[in-house]
Amino acid sequence: TKYSAVTFIPKSLFEQFRRVANIYFLVVACLSYTPIAPFRGATAVGPLVLVLLVTMVKEAIEDWRRKQQDIEVNNRKTKVFQDGAFRHTKWTKLRVGDVVKVEKDEFFPADLVLLSSSYDDAICYVETMNLDGETNLKLKQSLDVTSRLQDDDSFRGFGAVIRCEDPNANLYSFVGNIEIEEQQQQYPLSPQQLLLRDSKLRNTEYVYGVVVFTGHDTKVMQNATSAPSKRSKIEKKMDGAIYVLMSILVLISVIGSVVFGLATKHDLVDGRMKRWYLRPDNPDNIYDPNNPAVSAALHFFTAMILYGYFIPISLYVSIELVKLLQALFINSDIHMYHEESDTPAHARTSNLNEELGQVYTILTDKTGTLTCNSMEFIKCSIAGTAYGRGITEVEKAMAKRNGSPVISDFELGVEDFHQSEGRSAIKGFNFRDERVMDGNWVHQQHSGVIEMFFRLLAICHTCIPEVDEVTGKISYEAESPDEAAFVVAAHELGFTFYQRTQAGVYLHELDPSSGEQVDRFYKVLHVLEFSSARRRMSVIVKDEEGKTFIFSKGADSIMYERLSNSESTYSEATQKHINDYADAGLRTLVLAYRQLEEIEYAKFERKFTAAKNSVSADRDELIDEAADLIERDLILLGATAVEDKLQKGVPDCIDKLAKAGIKIWVLTGDKMETAINIGYACSLLRQGMKQITITLDTPDIIALEKGGDKGAINKASKVSVVQQINEGKKLINASGNESFALIIDGKSLTYALKDDTKAAFLDLAIACGSVICCRSSPKQKALVTRLVKTGTGKVTLAIGDGANDVGMIQEADIGVGISGAEGMQAVMASDVSIAQFRFLERLLLVHGHWCYSRISSMVCYFLYKNITFGVTLFLYESLSTFSGQTLYNDWSMSLYNVLFTSLPVIAMGVFDQDVSARFCLKVRSRYIGLKIN
Amino acid sequence: PMVLRIAELTSFGAGASASTHQPSPAIQNHMLDSKFTQQELPACKPILTPKWVISVFLLVGVIFVPIGVASLLASNKVVEIVDRYDDACVPSNVTNKLAYIQNSTISKTCRRTLKVPKDMKQPIFVYYQLNNFYQNHRRYVKSRNDQQLRDASKANETTLCDPEKTRDGMAIVPCGLIAWSTFNDTYTFQHNTNNLSIDKTDISWKSDRDHKFGSDVFPKNFQKGPLIGGKTLNESIPLSEQEDLIVWMRTAALPTFRKLYGRIYVDLKENDTITVTLDNNYNTYSFDGKKSLVLSTSTWLGGKNDFLGLAYLTVGGLCFFLAFAFTLLYLIKPRKLGDNNYLSWNRNSAGH
Repeated sequence: TKYSAVTFIPKSLFEQFRRVANIYFLVVACLSYTPIAPFRGATAVGPLVLVLLVTMVKEAIEDWRRKQQDIEVNNRKTKVFQDGAFRHTKWTKLRVGDVVKVEKDEFFPADLVLLSSSYDDAICYVETMNLDGETNLKLKQSLDVTSRLQDDDSFRGFGAVIRCEDPNANLYSFVGNIEIEEQQQQYPLSPQQLLLRDSKLRNTEYVYGVVVFTGHDTKVMQNATSAPSKRSKIEKKMDGAIYVLMSILVLISVIGSVVFGLATKHDLVDGRMKRWYLRPDNPDNIYDPNNPAVSAALHFFTAMILYGYFIPISLYVSIELVKLLQALFINSDIHMYHEESDTPAHARTSNLNEELGQVYTILTDKTGTLTCNSMEFIKCSIAGTAYGRGITEVEKAMAKRNGSPVISDFELGVEDFHQSEGRSAIKGFNFRDERVMDGNWVHQQHSGVIEMFFRLLAICHTCIPEVDEVTGKISYEAESPDEAAFVVAAHELGFTFYQRTQAGVYLHELDPSSGEQVDRFYKVLHVLEFSSARRRMSVIVKDEEGKTFIFSKGADSIMYERLSNSESTYSEATQKHINDYADAGLRTLVLAYRQLEEIEYAKFERKFTAAKNSVSADRDELIDEAADLIERDLILLGATAVEDKLQKGVPDCIDKLAKAGIKIWVLTGDKMETAINIGYACSLLRQGMKQITITLDTPDIIALEKGGDKGAINKASKVSVVQQINEGKKLINASGNESFALIIDGKSLTYALKDDTKAAFLDLAIACGSVICCRSSPKQKALVTRLVKTGTGKVTLAIGDGANDVGMIQEADIGVGISGAEGMQAVMASDVSIAQFRFLERLLLVHGHWCYSRISSMVCYFLYKNITFGVTLFLYESLSTFSGQTLYNDWSMSLYNVLFTSLPVIAMGVFDQDVSARFCLKVRSRYIGLKIN
Repeated sequence: PMVLRIAELTSFGAGASASTHQPSPAIQNHMLDSKFTQQELPACKPILTPKWVISVFLLVGVIFVPIGVASLLASNKVVEIVDRYDDACVPSNVTNKLAYIQNSTISKTCRRTLKVPKDMKQPIFVYYQLNNFYQNHRRYVKSRNDQQLRDASKANETTLCDPEKTRDGMAIVPCGLIAWSTFNDTYTFQHNTNNLSIDKTDISWKSDRDHKFGSDVFPKNFQKGPLIGGKTLNESIPLSEQEDLIVWMRTAALPTFRKLYGRIYVDLKENDTITVTLDNNYNTYSFDGKKSLVLSTSTWLGGKNDFLGLAYLTVGGLCFFLAFAFTLLYLIKPRKLGDNNYLSWNRNSAGH
């Protein structure tokens, strides 16, 4: 929170007096108690106090609400080891050095060093979605020395000293050591043992850990940039207008003073009184014919106060009030209400309403913002035949754009189908095709291939099944949602994976010959894991009959190289399907298998084991080499298509926003491939768009990294990034009106954001139609946001849902949080929160438009009425030799702004609609127009 | 004919809202789905089509011109006699007018003859008019104490009355520059040869007499200083009955002003002569001000005032002119309504 009870008064007063106008009014209020003032003191102080009070009360309420949310987080409970047992304690009470026990699906309350877990080898799975937006589980493992501390009692009498680095913002590094008291020996700690706050324990019953950083020292909080006081552009612009008015004010005051001084001087010439009724022979300071200069100087102040009407005191208050009411309207808009999660839109700080109407760049997070963070198995191609009738969001959006009614009819049909089947509830599965469902696949032409395809889906993965003991339902914990989607699909299609042991996997299978369900066990010999370099994974299994198989799945480009040349009757058809799927915004994987000969396997086994056991630096290479040997001559089965389920209406919304002239950048922690896929899925990238990719995954850089010379890596990386930026620029300059997309990865971003390169990077990015930054850390997101904000000077909006987006949300001119999903950090840091990305359209195009046009016309109206009033005063002064006499009654003057004329203006600010909501949505180019004005 | 186009009679009832959502109980629990909260209240937003604009201008013209004519006629019916006497009432052999007016030993009686230009119906208002007299100077306006004027017990209350506060340590009642400088020329009238009585009661505001000037407040130490400003007051008459003072103390807003001196309840015929005997006491010579005597009748509009009528006529005429000009423009070079090409951003993009 910005304020505490003690600091509230001085701090908020300081905030108030950051406004030029308020300072001016304070001076006026002080002066009005001296005889110079043209009216009584109370009439000047009254409105100022009123104005300050209203604003401060508003600030206080908003801050108090924020505090409530903070307290809620602080009061969450965790188990801490105290007096020989684990007790529930509030998060606030946690101290460094406490041993805590975190149970499954709980958030870590602080940064912990993992001591042991429910697993024997002391591993645990962690979900870091709040940190980097990645949804796959990360494996953490404790040191051997502490792994035996597996129950509550073992901590009695346990003592150790941990030394580690100072708190810092780097999420992926940790240096330290632990010294166990009994052994007097130090063991090094690495990021592998560090459990970060705001990540979640998954797939593990419980873990024990030692608190190393708490509260603001945690890596997450270090990444959080402090909440700046945001002021809207209009407010700043208004300050400008007020400076102009101020100079006019000074000018006319000077004119007045000169005239007054001259008149006063002439009233007494050589002892002869001119205007005798003023008794110039009996002067005081304000009116002194013997000393007209002093009188004129004093009169200057009088005039400044008198013409203060040029500067509208209640403008700020009125604007605050108007914005508050506007915010209420935003909150109560039923078109931005998400029924399923029961969350309306919520404008948390009303300062920035009208900024919504001027947004130039949107920086959006991917996971949870654009996507629902769930994968759905939607289509597949087996043996050259395409199955699956589901329609993706992208296809819907494209169909809508083309205005094709056929598809929408079809879509309706599908939805009916969903309802009649009553199956749409299964998460991760949206596959509809009666040809293969409910066991019908056995009647298909290539039933053998189909059987193998499904079996591969059920086996080739690293998921862990969880059987609900009461209902018998199986749920899967997967490293990535893709895998979960595959296993679920296999389950739905009749190949249920229900148990995994150290030895292998157990399946319920449908036997095509008998048509009955049988249980089978596959012994897992080896898992060749997925990596972004290999872009494939394989599992080698031995079935009950003793046959050995290798099952592989991977990206199409990689897999096609590894297929056997002879077997290619349907490889072309499959390739065509893959391309179709990719166009529809789906993630595709190619599945293939091979039966292994005993001799071949034995050979591989030897080589692979040797590689695994080697301790040399090139161990990974050796493993890859061994794997490469066996993953060959594979037989193509088909391809899968998984939809990274976009939130409802996302492509449509992005399309409309783009048409309204808003640029959209995606900043995500995901892998480059995923990010590009999503780019296609949400119509951010289109076919025919030229992609400029900036990456550091080039061979020479990788080679350098192996060398480990940090200086050389930095230098080479930077050169490479700069070179790629320049090439991109050349490309854009060379081509005429093609549209470009820029894709940059996190490592390159580090160098691109350096002071000397960022200008070039920004130029390039602005020239591109869409920008995607992948693998970016929270800090980088914030930095990019800052770069865009300061670089373009236009209004930026950041939208995100997780703690990893907090930095960028705070940095942007407007931060929008997606509420409803887990984790409230983003919402708490945001200025506006909405339940779904698609509401952004209405928020910007309707409410933003209204608020902007309302506020702008209101400000103009306000200045107009005040200047009118001020000018009448000035004209009257010219008729009273600028003596400072007021034309109107004191109170009616000071209340003119505050009460008498504020209501119509406020009413206009709140209710005026220059265009109705329907037209705002329809005529998007208006948005562009407004921005120009 | 007048055409008012109503652009947005937002009636969502039949259109979008009925088909898009029907509020479920869940919604109603949290959110008010009323036309007000959804900002869907019916609204009327006139589009400024040429016909509509021309009709409005015509209408304004039609209303304003007759009002202007009527006011002008009324103003012309007022008969007004204005006689400036400040120069004329100083004997021609006096070179230093200031010294003349300040010399209290000289009798300054002056006789003026006025001719009635037209028949004047009673009541005839008698005013004195001063020019270049800044009763609106802040130093002057401030220099009074309302409490003292109202309440006998506050006689010593003289704040703000500088520099006419006290005389020899005693509070002046009424204090302040305004009272001190009360106008003190006097007029008596003769109609042909008869004396013409002038009614000097009820010339001030009733509220002033009843509430602002106390009936138990009597002048004290007034005009006792070396420098005498204007009228001296009879110390046995309470302030609430000193109507000349009350009239004077309601300060004028502009440097040229008239103040009521009295009323004459006699009808005057055309070419009658009126002889005014006046005491020319008040000093306007030092600041080059003018003094005039004004006799005026009144109508429903008040005194003579051509400005109001002229203003109405000007605005009305301007509206007629604009209506005419727009009609011509509309007939000669019409524009299609809602043509996007004229929008600034469309023009810009076309230009580049």
